[in-house]
Amino acid sequence: MRTAVIRFPASNCDRDAAVALEKVTGIKPLIVWHRETELPAGVSFVVMPGGFSYGDYLRSGAIASRSPIVQDIKSKSERGLAVAGFCNGFQILTEAGMLPGALMRNKNLKFVCRPERLKVETDDSRYTKHYKAKSEVIFPVAHHDGNYFADKDVLNRLEKDDRVLFRYADNPNGSLNDIAGIVNEDGNVFGMMPHPERAIDPLHGGTDGIALFKSILETI
Amino acid sequence: MARKKSEISPQIVAEHGLSEEEYEIILDRLGREPNLNELGIFSVMWSEHCSYKSSRRHLAKFLTKGDRVIQGPGENAGVIDIDDGDAIIFKMESHNHPSYIEPYQGAATGVGGIMRDVFTMGARPIALMNALRFGEPTHWKTKQLVSGVVAGIGGYGNCVGVPTVGGETNFHKGYNGNILVNAMCVGLARADNVFYSAAKGVGNPIFYVGSKTGRDGIHGATMASAEFDDDSDEKRPTVQVGDPFTEKLLIEACLELMETDAIIAIQDMGAAGLTSSSIEMADKGGVGIELNLDNVPQREPNMTAYEMMLSESQERMLMVIQPGKEQLAFDVFEKWELDVAQIGKTTDTGRLVLKHERKKVCDIPIAPLADDAPNYDRPHVKPEPRPILLAEDLHETQDYNDALMRIMTSPNIASKRWIWEQYDRHVMTDTVDSSQSGGDAAIVRIHGSNKAVAITTDCTPRYVEADPYEGGKQCVAETWRNLTCVGADPIAITDCLNFGNPERPEIMGQFVGAIEGMNEACHAFNYPVVSGNVSLYNETNGQAIPPTPAVGGVGLIPDLHKFATLKGAKEGDTLILIGETTGWLGASIYLSEVLSREDGAPPPVDLAAEKLNGDYVRKLIRNRRVNAVHDLSDGGLAVAACEMAFGSNVGVSLSGPNNGERHGWLFGEDQARYLLAVEKNSVNPVLSTAKAKGISAQVVGTINGDRIQADGAFDVPLETLRAANEAWLPNLMSGDS
Repeated sequence: MRTAVIRFPASNCDRDAAVALEKVTGIKPLIVWHRETELPAGVSFVVMPGGFSYGDYLRSGAIASRSPIVQDIKSKSERGLAVAGFCNGFQILTEAGMLPGALMRNKNLKFVCRPERLKVETDDSRYTKHYKAKSEVIFPVAHHDGNYFADKDVLNRLEKDDRVLFRYADNPNGSLNDIAGIVNEDGNVFGMMPHPERAIDPLHGGTDGIALFKSILETI
Repeated sequence: MARKKSEISPQIVAEHGLSEEEYEIILDRLGREPNLNELGIFSVMWSEHCSYKSSRRHLAKFLTKGDRVIQGPGENAGVIDIDDGDAIIFKMESHNHPSYIEPYQGAATGVGGIMRDVFTMGARPIALMNALRFGEPTHWKTKQLVSGVVAGIGGYGNCVGVPTVGGETNFHKGYNGNILVNAMCVGLARADNVFYSAAKGVGNPIFYVGSKTGRDGIHGATMASAEFDDDSDEKRPTVQVGDPFTEKLLIEACLELMETDAIIAIQDMGAAGLTSSSIEMADKGGVGIELNLDNVPQREPNMTAYEMMLSESQERMLMVIQPGKEQLAFDVFEKWELDVAQIGKTTDTGRLVLKHERKKVCDIPIAPLADDAPNYDRPHVKPEPRPILLAEDLHETQDYNDALMRIMTSPNIASKRWIWEQYDRHVMTDTVDSSQSGGDAAIVRIHGSNKAVAITTDCTPRYVEADPYEGGKQCVAETWRNLTCVGADPIAITDCLNFGNPERPEIMGQFVGAIEGMNEACHAFNYPVVSGNVSLYNETNGQAIPPTPAVGGVGLIPDLHKFATLKGAKEGDTLILIGETTGWLGASIYLSEVLSREDGAPPPVDLAAEKLNGDYVRKLIRNRRVNAVHDLSDGGLAVAACEMAFGSNVGVSLSGPNNGERHGWLFGEDQARYLLAVEKNSVNPVLSTAKAKGISAQVVGTINGDRIQADGAFDVPLETLRAANEAWLPNLMSGDS
C-alpha cells in the first residue's frame, strides 16, 4: 500500500503525519514536494499535513491550494482517490474547492492549542468505521483559523447527508454546528481541524487517532 | 600632513554610544580617523550587547566544562552529549528592550533569533521555552504587553512548527518600565555533525542566505545597551520585524545542506547583523574577510554601506562554502525559494574590507574589533544583608482559607493556561505528557528513541534582590531540582542574566554576587554553564529591574518508562516531604501576598542537602517507588500540594504541627525539598532508606477526596480553588483597564 504526505513550504506536521501512517501501515509513506505535477504511481491515500503553508499569507491554505501537485490530487480525488487534510491540510482542501465551506479566524481571535473532546457522529463512513457512533474521542487542536463557516444550504446538505463526521463537545473556535470534520459527497475526501496524528501514542496522552487511520486505510 | 575636515564630530561619537576613551582607542588602533561606516561597526561591536564589556571578566568564572560538554560558551549555543551519537544544542537569550517597545515583533524575533543560534550549529530545533517578567498586573501597560508578547511568541514558534513546551511568567512592579522576554531553544543534532562559526581558508566563497536586507533594526544592539527614558517609544524603528515562514524555509534548507560537506563555517546574523556575523567568523578563524556589498540582497533601493552593515533584518545567515560546492549550495537554497548570493571571500589579511559601488568603504583590522574590545572592571558593592525573619515573629493569618485563596490567585502562582494554550505544544509529536502544564520540567522525547530531554527555566528574582549570592545559588538549584522531579539527570544550563545599569556599583554588586552564587551551585552539582547571554541597562528613568538571572536547565531521561510528573497521585497515596523544614517565610509569597511585605533574607540554599535529597528522589523515580513528584518552591508545601492535587484530580489532606508556626510549615519556602505521592506499601521503605542516608523525610498527609485540607488551617473544595486559580489571568486579560 502506497501512501503519501505532501510537503508544502512551511508544512510542519508532515513528519507527524508520516509517523502516524508508518505506525498504522508499517510502511513509510512517500513525501511529495509541492512542485511535483503528478503523484507517484500507485499512491492510494494522500495526507495534506498541518502547518503554516506559505506562512498563512493571503489566507490560510490559499497559496498552497494553487500548487501544481494539488491540481493533480484534485483531479484524482474526483476519480476516487482518498485524501485527508488535517488542520492546515483541511484549510487547503477548502481553498482548493475539494471540500465545501471555509475556515475563518477563531472566534476569540487567538491561537488555541489543547486536547479537545470530539463526538464521532457516525461510524458509517470510510474514515470512522473503527469508531462507535456517538462515542467521544480526544484529539488535540492547534490552530488560529479553525472557525468552520458555510452557508445555510451547504450546512443543511452536510447534515442531511451525514457528512459531519466529528463535532466539538466544547467548541473552541466558533465553528458553525460545532463542526470539527467533514467529508465530501463521495466520502473519499476528508478534512478536520483537530490532529488525529497527535493522538497515536500513550505518551501523547491518548491513542484515539489510530482508529481514523485504520478506518481509511482498510478501505483502499 | 594636512588633515581634511573631520567627518566624525564628538557628537557623532556620542550618538554611537561610544565613550571618549573608547573613541581614543579606535583612533589608536586604526592610526587614523575612522569613516562613518567604520565608526558604526566599532560602535556595535563594542556595545555592551555584543562585547560583554562589563560582564566578560565575571562570566569567565563560570564552570563551563564537564563530561558531557561538547561545546561550552563562545559559540552560537552550547552543545552537550546525550549518548548514542546524539547531541543537544541549546541556549537562552533576551529580547527585552525590543519587546517593551513593540511587544509582538520584539518577542517574535526573540524566538526567531534563538532558534537560528541553534540550527546554525546543525541542530533541528525540537523545543522552545520562555521566561517572561511583566510589571504589576494593574499597571496600564501590562495587559497590552502580555497580550502582544504571548501572541508574538506563539505567532513565530507555532508557524515554524517547533513546540513551545514550557516556561515561567512573573509579574512585579519592578518590571513596570522594563519587561523581560527570555527565549530558549533546544535542538537535536548528531554529535559528529555539529557546525561552528570559525571561517577557514583563503579565497573561500562567502554566501549570504535568507531574507533580504532592509533598513529595520539599525542600531538594535546599541539600543539594547542603553537605559530607557520617557521617549523610548521613539525607538520603535530599531525593532526588527520577523517572518517565521522564511525562518522555517531557512531551517529546512540549512539542515539539508548540512547533510552534505558544502559548509565550512556558518553563523546567523543576529544582533549587529552582517557586521558581527562576518567579524565573529573571521576572528574565530583568524582570517580576513572581504565583502562586496553590491551583491547583498536588498529589500529597498539606495541602501548605504552603513545601513547594510548595521541592519538587523531577520532570518539571514552567513556561511563559508567549500570551493567547488557553490552550485550545490545555490540549488538547495533556490529549491527552498530563499534569496542567496555570493557576497565575498575569505582573505589572509586579517582585515575586514568592504566594497560598495566600486569604492572601498571600510578597511579595518579585525582583532581589535573582537578581542581587544573594552573589558571593564566596574566597581561593585555588596548589598547590606537583610535581617532573618523568624516565623514566630511574623503574624499568623487568622483565616487560612482566605490566605490559601489569596496565594493561589496571586499573579505569580495563578494558572498561566491563558498563555500556554496559545502555544502549539504538541507539534513534532514528541512532547510527553503535553496536554497540561504546571509540571516542574517539560519532557521531550528524542525522536524515534526511548529517551528524552527534560527542560526547565527558573529564577526567583525576589530572592536575588534580597541576597544576590543566595538567590544566584537558588536559581541554579531550582532548575536542578525541577529536572530531578521528572526523573532526569541534570546535565547543563544556559543563562540569561538580566540586570540594570552596570555603571552603578550596587547593580554591578547584584551581578557579581549572583554569578558567584550561581557558579557555586554549578560546581556543587557538576552542572556547567554552556551558553547564555547578558542583558544590562534594564532601567527606565534610573529605576532598575529586580536582578533576574534566568536559568534554563537541560537533563536526560535515559528510559521513558521511568519518569515522573506531578500528575500521577492516586487516591489513598501517602504524601512524603523530603528535606528539612524550618518554616522560612523571609522573602516568601506568604509574606508578600498575605502580609503585604517584601522584606527579609531569602531561604539559604544548602547545596549538599540539595544534592543528597535530589539524588535520592531521582533514584526513587527510577525504581518506580513514587506516583507523583513536585518540588517545593513559591508558596511552599501548601502550593505544591494544591498543584499536585490539580494535576492529579484528587484532593489532599495535610497534617502538620499544631503549634503556632503552621504558617511557616504550610507556606515556608525552605529549599531542597520535594513532595512525593507514594503508595502505602512503599511508605516505610522510602522513609527508612531516607533515614539511613541522613535525609529528612516525613509523612505530611494523604491524597484523598475532593478537598484541599490542612489540619486546623484550611479546608476548601478542590474545584473551587482550581476555578479561582484558573480564572485569575483570563479575568485580568478580559477586564477593562
